[in-house]
Amino acid sequence: MLGYFVNSLFQAQQPAECSLLVAEQVRFPPDVPFAPKGFPGAGLLDFVVDGPTKQGYQDIVMITFRQVNKWFGATHVLRDVDLKVRAGEVVVVCGPSGSGKSTLIRCINKLEPIGQGEIIVDGRSLSNPTTDLTALRAEIGMVFQQFNLYPHMTALQNITLAPVKVRKLSREEAERIARKLLAKVGIPEKADHYPAQLSGGQQQRVAIARALAMQPKIMLFDEPTSALDPEMISEVLDVMVELAKEGMTMIVVTHEMGFAKKVAHRIIFMDEGRIVEEGGPEEFFANPKEERTRSFLNKILVH
Amino acid sequence: MTYDLQWNILWTGENGRWLLEGIWTTIRLSALSWIFACGLGVLSGALRTAPFRPLRALATCYVEFFRNVPLLVWLFFWYFGAPQVLPRAGQDWLNLHGPEFWSAVVALSVYHGARMSEVIRAGIQSVPKTLFEASVATGLSVGQAYRLILIPIALRLIIPPATNESLNLLKNSSLALTIGVAELTFMTRQVETYTARAFEALTAGTLIYLVLCLTIASVMAQVERALRIPGLIARGVRSES
Repeated sequence: MLGYFVNSLFQAQQPAECSLLVAEQVRFPPDVPFAPKGFPGAGLLDFVVDGPTKQGYQDIVMITFRQVNKWFGATHVLRDVDLKVRAGEVVVVCGPSGSGKSTLIRCINKLEPIGQGEIIVDGRSLSNPTTDLTALRAEIGMVFQQFNLYPHMTALQNITLAPVKVRKLSREEAERIARKLLAKVGIPEKADHYPAQLSGGQQQRVAIARALAMQPKIMLFDEPTSALDPEMISEVLDVMVELAKEGMTMIVVTHEMGFAKKVAHRIIFMDEGRIVEEGGPEEFFANPKEERTRSFLNKILVH
Repeated sequence: MTYDLQWNILWTGENGRWLLEGIWTTIRLSALSWIFACGLGVLSGALRTAPFRPLRALATCYVEFFRNVPLLVWLFFWYFGAPQVLPRAGQDWLNLHGPEFWSAVVALSVYHGARMSEVIRAGIQSVPKTLFEASVATGLSVGQAYRLILIPIALRLIIPPATNESLNLLKNSSLALTIGVAELTFMTRQVETYTARAFEALTAGTLIYLVLCLTIASVMAQVERALRIPGLIARGVRSES
């Protein structure tokens, strides 16, 4: 059925890492109310307490950046970026604004073309003219800061559009999946609401459902909670945690360090278009190697 | 001397039938031209924003060429000029189906199509670019993104200026009298000539145009209301449950 359910069956477990985290009892930041509003699966809470917080990932490279450079006019926005993301891996990208982190993930589905270097996604090179870009994009879900739901369509129509038009599913099948996904993101009763009738958090959850409806192999999140009121952030993060748990390959641009600690396999810190530092969350937060990383973390973690 | 108003000349003899025929021709001419103009306008307006330079250039050429020549000149061109270079079969077809009428349809369509195109381009450009990105990111092709997302939203946004353009088209159809289309203005003039009652005939013409235009405006207002996006354009009707 849904790709990531199947995916999760094939996850290689990495018990060492999991147990480490359980031992540390890593949680959301205490100031974020955890109770998910209207979320049917109360299992989420259980999982925080006893379950493993992370799936392992496979040793299959999903995304490769090779010496990628990009310019906007005279501005050098990506500098010699080398990056590998494996199937099932959750990578959090952080950094000051203008550091190129959004550009980095927008290159993965070629919303931004690159200047130099090569990006290979799921075995296909983006610079190869024979690569079917439309087909590749169908495999990559993307969630934006501003939700970007189609305002003239209901939540259900937003979710079923691409499965019907691109995957050629029947309308009934697409709606069945869409309702399932709406239930999964905790708002089954909002199927017939238009985006403008939903709160920001609800809109973002519909946007996540819309991306998932294509059964993507990769999910990209471009600051998914930055436009949300504080009390709506957790309802969106909950859905993302759940997704990470199921073994989805995710690249998340975010400043939610609680989320990063909890689900990321790797955290990447970018500044001025460069990957300055990367590492597992424990070492990244406990003893960052670079001075630039330290000063950034001091600024965002102080409050 | 006082002018003796004789409103009954409007319906005595042939006059009433002439006016009705004039109204019918004006409606047919305007409606056909409107449909073609909208088609051309949507196509070229969309191409004007397309992410491919040659297509943009093509649409720009169309718009600049057709909107920058006076409509009257277009009418003469399509009536006196263009048919001469048509192949024999085309000329025969025209002569059989009324060359004046069809020349007027072509002239009004290309001229107002070019103007409509700018309205639609403005509409598409006012849809946030990020919606386009979101749609192609889900795997929709550029064509599908336009057809399913950008154009449907843009059309809702441009109803007021498009109404304006439609009213202009209807009023400009009166110029077709210069090439001999027996539309409303033509027939009004004919009534005036036959009865020598200029005031009554032209008052009737004026009022009929007014009624036609007000009807269009009110229909478009209803369309706007019917198509508005719940919660977005209808402010204050949020139905948060």
